[in-house]
Amino acid sequence: MTTLTDERQPGAPVVPLGMPLVGGAHGRAHGHGTAGLDAAEADDRSARLAAVRAGEVGSVHSWELVTAVDGPGTRLTIFLAGCPLRCLYCHNPDTMEMRRGTDVAADELVAKMRRYAPVLKATGGGVTISGGEPLMQPAFVRRLLRAAKELGLHTALDTSGFLGTQLSDAMLDDVDLVLLDVKSGLPETYRRVTGRELQPTIDFAHRLDSAGTRAWIRFVLVPGLTDAPENVQAVADVVATLGNVDRVEVLPFHQMGRDKWADLGMRYELEDTEPPSAELVESVRERMRVTGRTVF
Amino acid sequence: MSTTAVPPVHASTDTDLPAAWSGFVTGPWVDHVDVRDFIQRNYTPYDGDASFLAGPTPRTTGIWDKLSAMFPAERAKGVYDIDQHTPSTITSHAPGYIDEANEVIVGLQTDAPLKRAIMPNGGYRMVLNSLATYGYEPDEQVTEIFTKYRKTHNDGVFDVYPPAVRAARSSHIITGLPDAYGRGRIIGDYRRVALYGVDALIAEKKLERAGLDMERSVEDVIRAREELAEQVRALGELKTMAATYGIDVSGPATTGQEAVQWLYMGYLAAVKEQNGAAMSLGRTSTFLDVYLQRDLEAGAITEEQAQEIIDDFVIKLRIVRFLRTPEYDALFSGDPTWVTESIAGMGEDGRPLVTRTSFRYLQTLYNLGPAPEPNMTVFWSDQLPEGFKRFCSQVSIDTSAVQYESDDLIREAWGDDAAIACCVSPMRVGKQMQFFGARVNLAKALLYAINGGRDEVTGKQVAPVTAPVEGEVLDYDDVMAKLDTTMDWLAQTYVDALNCVHYMHDKYAYERIEMALHDREVLRTMACGIAGLSVVADSLSAIKHAKVRALRTADGLVTEYAIEGDFPAYGNDDDRADDIAVALVRSFMEKIRRYPTYRGALHTQSVLTITSNVVYGKATGSTPDGRRAGEPFAPGANPMNGRDTHGMLASGLSVAKLPYDQAQDGISLTSSVVPSGLGRTRDEQVTNLVGLLDAYTLSSGYHMNVNVLNRETLLDAMEHPENYPQLTIRVSGYAVNFVRLTREQQLDVLSRTFHGAV
Repeated sequence: MTTLTDERQPGAPVVPLGMPLVGGAHGRAHGHGTAGLDAAEADDRSARLAAVRAGEVGSVHSWELVTAVDGPGTRLTIFLAGCPLRCLYCHNPDTMEMRRGTDVAADELVAKMRRYAPVLKATGGGVTISGGEPLMQPAFVRRLLRAAKELGLHTALDTSGFLGTQLSDAMLDDVDLVLLDVKSGLPETYRRVTGRELQPTIDFAHRLDSAGTRAWIRFVLVPGLTDAPENVQAVADVVATLGNVDRVEVLPFHQMGRDKWADLGMRYELEDTEPPSAELVESVRERMRVTGRTVF
Repeated sequence: MSTTAVPPVHASTDTDLPAAWSGFVTGPWVDHVDVRDFIQRNYTPYDGDASFLAGPTPRTTGIWDKLSAMFPAERAKGVYDIDQHTPSTITSHAPGYIDEANEVIVGLQTDAPLKRAIMPNGGYRMVLNSLATYGYEPDEQVTEIFTKYRKTHNDGVFDVYPPAVRAARSSHIITGLPDAYGRGRIIGDYRRVALYGVDALIAEKKLERAGLDMERSVEDVIRAREELAEQVRALGELKTMAATYGIDVSGPATTGQEAVQWLYMGYLAAVKEQNGAAMSLGRTSTFLDVYLQRDLEAGAITEEQAQEIIDDFVIKLRIVRFLRTPEYDALFSGDPTWVTESIAGMGEDGRPLVTRTSFRYLQTLYNLGPAPEPNMTVFWSDQLPEGFKRFCSQVSIDTSAVQYESDDLIREAWGDDAAIACCVSPMRVGKQMQFFGARVNLAKALLYAINGGRDEVTGKQVAPVTAPVEGEVLDYDDVMAKLDTTMDWLAQTYVDALNCVHYMHDKYAYERIEMALHDREVLRTMACGIAGLSVVADSLSAIKHAKVRALRTADGLVTEYAIEGDFPAYGNDDDRADDIAVALVRSFMEKIRRYPTYRGALHTQSVLTITSNVVYGKATGSTPDGRRAGEPFAPGANPMNGRDTHGMLASGLSVAKLPYDQAQDGISLTSSVVPSGLGRTRDEQVTNLVGLLDAYTLSSGYHMNVNVLNRETLLDAMEHPENYPQLTIRVSGYAVNFVRLTREQQLDVLSRTFHGAV
């Protein structure tokens, strides 16, 4: 297992690197923050912990109204802070650590959902919970999903699936669509990319399939890291076993997150990696199309 | 005031109806001028999709190609040609053609395409400057007439401006006043020419005159009589001009082609007589559809022919040209004429006003390629038929050449036969006109408040002396109180200026033909405006929520600001900042309303800059929101570039909070989005844009420009303008040719938030 902990700068995270903001959200300029949301104030540490455990308060990176990238229509996307993975190509490393987020009360976000419900419905959109890895804060996510369903909104969960066991069956009932970033089809590559194991993601994908939850599969194509034909084939093989996949998105790696790594004082391994050529992207998409799914 | 009896335009017994009206359902429109009633009784709503549309005929393509070959020379020189010898009137020039044998709709402003005329009544200085710029010698005799014998609007205004107005004008706190050129923003009801024919319109005007003759000869009655006399004269000239093209417009149009031709003759007379800042067309597509539909049903024409007529009409509208100075073009971007056409919307009875010709107008953007003119403006409602909504969305994605206005807001305020003049100004067609008032620079007003009435750039005392802010850190309540006082002075000075301008415009450059195509009693609005709203809102938010220190020069003038801490910015659907913007709009409107207007005009205001946000920014020092001296403002009611960080819709929802009833002349929002920001597939993009427009108008958003483009496209266009002669982008209520913008404006467009995935 590749661990980069030792090579990192002082003050940097202590877990291996990684984690893209999955999917089409790639390239979106982040750091919009939590403006407009009141930071939850807890008088003491234990009160805060209790509120966090109950899912009344969560660590939030930012929110945005965005069209066409985090599910159908225009969506209120809530980015939570904290992720167990340390993907080498992460373009939002500022979402990796929960401590960098802002404590926000679930009620604040529910108020936002209520305000935007009419416009989200008018656009055929809904609410997407993203991150970071939202399942780092399952109690908080449970509240947000429930509230969204009570407002009659379409819900999407944007996750790596690594913490899939944190999503209870009851919560799953409140999810209309999962945006599942598989990252890799081979366990070794997965480990190299994220520092973690692939199997939980595969298990989660099958669980979604059994439950009949619709899914979009995402795969970030990084030259020299995830583009090996065997790896691409392995992703396609996983997709082929799933009956709940409406689309597969092959997302070309880009360098727009590079400065953030430097700003955070973190070592960035992909400093010199070029985005994949259009030809490479197209050939990988072709490979995915063999699965018979809609591929972008 | 008028005691005019309802004039019988035509006898109301069916047997006496002109043959031109055969097949039409009669009603009140038969007895007096009432175009709306005619439309309502006769139009055929269309709720299908775009599949019926026809492409361009070889004839259409041939004519457009011939013109297109002339555009590069025009672009290079600034003008193609000028006739500097003949002041333009309705009848001044011999007929002109592009390709006489092949034109379906005829008529040019001068005797040759793209040849510009001089229109000195607005101001002769503008004519001289323009001629000098493009290397033309002024005509000696014309110069003598307009400097020695004939006073212009411009001369009149400067005879009456008080010193306060002159000072405010030269310091750029009041800007863009139509005091040296035609005011525009008046829409003649050109449909009347087609429906009734000119003789009937003259007869009606004479009846109105008869009524006026029975009143005492006091000042307003005398003025009204003189105006009516001019209107009748202009209608006569319209007939004469049309006759030079072999067209007799004395009676009503009998076919679809004639209806378009008659209507265009009315419009052509207007653009031969007036070099108005905006010469908008009105709401013509559904009116014309009645005629085209009648011909189609009779088997007299095919869809291809119907489209060809519209294509040829639109070609004519695209080549309307005025002679203006480069400074004017910099203020308004490109070479604009604002031939705005208002399309679709819902009728008061709940039927959509969408017809096949609504589609045909938009189809010209495919048949002829994208262009900024005519300014295609869709009155959007979520109730519009799905097929039309999707076609609009598709055309926006393909051409960026459509702007949207809230049909619900406009219909509630002005009924279902209103149209937009220029970018966002609504008015009932033929029943309402506006006194165009450009705008004041609200950001500068804030800086004057801070500096005790002194200009932050020149140090001159422009506003009355007041106490400047004291101490280092700006205090919100103190600044608000000072701003309030400054805005009082500004509103007073502004209305003063506008009253002078419009008094003189009526006197020396009256819009004879446009007003002849109005009812005698019209609603006049005094269309004030504000620029720099987001700068002021953010500045006040910074003063309130962060710590802003004033940095002074040696003589005590505050010229820079240092900000510590964060502050909520307008454009993120955050009430803390948005409420400040709303309060500013309300407050300035309330102050404007205190001052009496020329001819009792109804006070209105717009939040609109067109592209002059760049020019205003250049003339304005650093502001407390962190904007540096000289940097552009955001256009219209837009949030400041890059400060709206929660997405295009959140940005729009902040703008949608501005109350329309306090800005009845319109609130402009420009949104740029790259195609991938709307979806993966074309179908998805179309669906998502429809959803965004529905969401914005349902949230009481008033207006939205939609630019769908790639940053790369714009960068490449800056380097290789010759490859992008038709690249059109929308800026604050108007579509412009990107390659005609100055480099500075191009950079501004680039720096604007590109919402969606970059």
